[in-house]
Amino acid sequence: MDPVNVANLAVAGVLTGLVYGLMALGLSVIFGVVRIVNFAHGEMMTIAMYATIVLFAALGLDPFLAIVPVAGAFFVFGYALQTALINPFITRPEHSQFMLLVAVATIMVNALLMIFGPSARNAQLDYLLESVELGPLLLDRGKLYAAVVACATSGLLFALFKFTRVGTAIRACADNYLGARVVGLNVKRYYAFTFGVGAACVAVAGCMMCFLVDVTPVLGPAYTLLAFVIVIVGGLGSMSGALLGGVLIGVSEALAGLFIAPSAKSMFSFALLILVLLLRPQGLLGRKP
Amino acid sequence: MNRRAAALLALLATALLALPAVAGSYVLSVATLILFFAYTGQAWNVMMGFAGQLSLGHSLYVGVGAYAAAGLYFHYGIGPWAGLWLALVLCVLLGAAIGFLAFRFGISGVYFALLTIAFAEFTRIGFDHIDWLGGPGGLFIKVAQREHLDLANLRGPPAMFYYVMLALAASAFALCAWLLRSRAGYYWQAIREDEPAAQALGINTFRWKMLAIMISSAMTSVAGVFFAFYYNNLFPEQIFNIGRSIEIILGPVIGGVGTLFGPILGAAVLTMLADGITEALAALGIEIPGVKQVFYGIVLLGVVMFLPHGIWPTLARRLGLETKR
Amino acid sequence: MARMLMALPKRRRVLQTAGAVAALSTLGFPALVRGQGSALKVGVLLPRSGFQGFIGQSCQKGADIAPGVIKDLFGINVELMNADTETSVETARTRAERLIQEGAHVLVGPFDSGAASAIAQVAEQRGVPLIINIAAAPQITEQGYGYVFRNFPTAPELVTNGLALIGDLFQATSTVPRTAVYMHVNDTFGQANTKAIQAILPRLNQLPFKVVDTIAYDPATKDLTVEVSKAKATKADFVLLVSRLNDAIILRREMVKQRWNPMGLVSPGSPGMYEEQFYKALGKLSEYCISNVPWYDPKAPLTKTVEAAFRKQFPGDSLKFHALNVGFTFEAILIAADAYRRAKSTAAKPLTDAIRQTNITSRMMLGGPIKFNAKGQVEGIGSACIQNLKLSPTVVLPAAAAEAKPVFPAPDYKPA
Repeated sequence: MDPVNVANLAVAGVLTGLVYGLMALGLSVIFGVVRIVNFAHGEMMTIAMYATIVLFAALGLDPFLAIVPVAGAFFVFGYALQTALINPFITRPEHSQFMLLVAVATIMVNALLMIFGPSARNAQLDYLLESVELGPLLLDRGKLYAAVVACATSGLLFALFKFTRVGTAIRACADNYLGARVVGLNVKRYYAFTFGVGAACVAVAGCMMCFLVDVTPVLGPAYTLLAFVIVIVGGLGSMSGALLGGVLIGVSEALAGLFIAPSAKSMFSFALLILVLLLRPQGLLGRKP
Repeated sequence: MNRRAAALLALLATALLALPAVAGSYVLSVATLILFFAYTGQAWNVMMGFAGQLSLGHSLYVGVGAYAAAGLYFHYGIGPWAGLWLALVLCVLLGAAIGFLAFRFGISGVYFALLTIAFAEFTRIGFDHIDWLGGPGGLFIKVAQREHLDLANLRGPPAMFYYVMLALAASAFALCAWLLRSRAGYYWQAIREDEPAAQALGINTFRWKMLAIMISSAMTSVAGVFFAFYYNNLFPEQIFNIGRSIEIILGPVIGGVGTLFGPILGAAVLTMLADGITEALAALGIEIPGVKQVFYGIVLLGVVMFLPHGIWPTLARRLGLETKR
Repeated sequence: MARMLMALPKRRRVLQTAGAVAALSTLGFPALVRGQGSALKVGVLLPRSGFQGFIGQSCQKGADIAPGVIKDLFGINVELMNADTETSVETARTRAERLIQEGAHVLVGPFDSGAASAIAQVAEQRGVPLIINIAAAPQITEQGYGYVFRNFPTAPELVTNGLALIGDLFQATSTVPRTAVYMHVNDTFGQANTKAIQAILPRLNQLPFKVVDTIAYDPATKDLTVEVSKAKATKADFVLLVSRLNDAIILRREMVKQRWNPMGLVSPGSPGMYEEQFYKALGKLSEYCISNVPWYDPKAPLTKTVEAAFRKQFPGDSLKFHALNVGFTFEAILIAADAYRRAKSTAAKPLTDAIRQTNITSRMMLGGPIKFNAKGQVEGIGSACIQNLKLSPTVVLPAAAAEAKPVFPAPDYKPA
């Protein structure tokens, strides 16, 4: 196997993996704090992708610029969703939570189908077809931009949680629900805030995902699953873990596709999930529960 | 159960037995589908409702059971009643393997659910690469005829399939009723409510959880065999799909997890609802794809939000069928 | 693209109020009589939503124009009963049962091989004829069914015709490519084609090329980076591609990103590269792609009639972007109407026998007459070499029906 080829694919895997990581970041934040399994995660990202496409088609807005309005809208949407729908379900059994979010996901996917139809859409930007040369390597321009934004957003999120009061408060709620209540934190509001932040994260991931794939209404479920694999592998509640998990999955899928068989590359991710669940359930960078 | 419940049950049984005599082929196919989901829902319920283990990858057992029996029939002409045994053995082993891995390593709750999903997905992609079983192109069983009854090979008129499924659903119901009142049932409920407490009382939770998953997977595999011979074509993409796993649990969750009648009621309500919505939309002339599923999702949302224990407990109370619960 | 309610042929009258429908409808109260009289009720099963929704809707257009054209041709009333298979095998089966229950005399559809098998079983069991418009898996007509008919080539036929046309293409352009990389989608259709290619290609000694590598990919894939990278590494002269629509688009884009310019992208017989969406999504990148698929004969009188009707009913659209889908769907309903005309009865047995005796010489698609062999299969449906030229599917071979000369290799070809 030509080493340049392998290197190209590995780098492409890293870039794609960073975007996956951003998507998983949103899930990790939600799951890590609110402890709710968001099975509508992929669908939310799909909606963000459609929003980006619509803004591009209607206003000619480049996805980079679309990040701000879409993320903002999603923050509000996430906040509202948590407050109105999800909050009462935190104490319910898992299968109820699951069914709730499956119902939400079904409504989302099919509403998209109703509005946009089944055919694939994308943002027709010329620079998306270009490649950047880096020595012997050929990098996909779109993937490169997306990866950069993913890193930047993760950095922002990290700063939010580490250096701001809100972030510290949220971490307190996650670590010790009772303690946080005792100290006087309005946990419900912080949960909603967190869900909003997670949703905004997913929105940014969605905007950037438009650089990678075309959007169809049925894109959601596969990405939900992928997000879960990444979060588990990387470690729950660990942001760097989500990114690391994303990169790992991106690279392993690329290389598994190269060396084994392209049509079996997803098998590899699920095998990895099973292994991690059995051998190190807290994930690579997660804390032991 | 009280006298009223017994009377209603008898009435239901009579109606079900008499259905083929009055219903057309289409209604029979819908009824068979309802019974299929009632049966698989019941099987899933053993794990979740009784033992409290959330499995979101039950399509794995349907698929393996189906392919086992279909493969034997397709390549060696071995009939479904014999193929059934292979299906059972394979699925019990699978269930035991998953259970062993999960329970030994202390995986529970959401993580367990994700584990089951991972296994189902892994198998789905795997079967896409097994050419001996048709690969992605699917496995087609020859459909000989529909006139005369050939129970040995499960070939015959729709009424035959209906009765077979009815028998399966009824036996599942009886089995679950018995299990619930047996020692296994009590231990399971203890584990479901509070596993550490159960362990503290000296119950070998590992053993009983393994039993639950093995019974559940065995029951589900039989549904798989039926599926293979009813639809006569199998595609990995469809039978191992996570959508199937969700379909299986829809019935019990809507009807009432952990109850005996929940899965049956849930399956009936959901199937008739789906059909009803299709009819209503057609009557109104609305042909936009996706509308039906949106309605479906909204109803689902409503039930999950406002009837958290499912429809059956509320319904039973209203009808005065409950003695004690 | 706002979803608009399409002009629906009037096929059902509202009989029950929506409210009571849920319980009553499934109890099978006899479907109240609709439109009695001498209309032939054709149940049309197509995937109008789900994964293949786009192509299903394309086929539906062929169904929609059929009653009008058939009324003019034969004076027969055809009533369409449309059902959406939702790209799901189970839904296909229940819809088929439903249509039969509601009085469909004949079924037409369903574009997809998996759904076709399921519906074929229902048709066979209920004794109602099924005329398959598009589905290539060979086993559908190998089951010994008496009620299933297919007016479309099987995968082996498609591949044989396709490979022969490739040979013609090389001759017509005086090129001699030595190597090809075969890429295919890993589903029912892709598999059937692969088997056919593996069986047939070695026997065709007049073809100058060898397949150096075979690369399969998941039909639902969003990313073909690895696959294209592997294909590029083979340094093959051209790409032999069996694909669907979305993956063809992703593949072409990835080739541009990885700066790989082989002699051409040639399909021995699969959808995707000639569909409207392909041009819309890729613009000028869609140029020069070649598909060897069944097509309508642009010079046939029936084609001209259908084209006129199509233009009238779908003014913003053009028939050539739906050539295959509309053509075969229309022909399927044509067969049903023609059989009805001869049988003079809508009862299943005489209608089926009449279908079996079909011999339509004035047809729309390229090939011999519509005539079913003992297995219910029409033989001799030809393929044409369709190249994307000036953002439009253009017939370049056979020379007799050609609208332009083939361009091969593509102008941007860079030898590896």
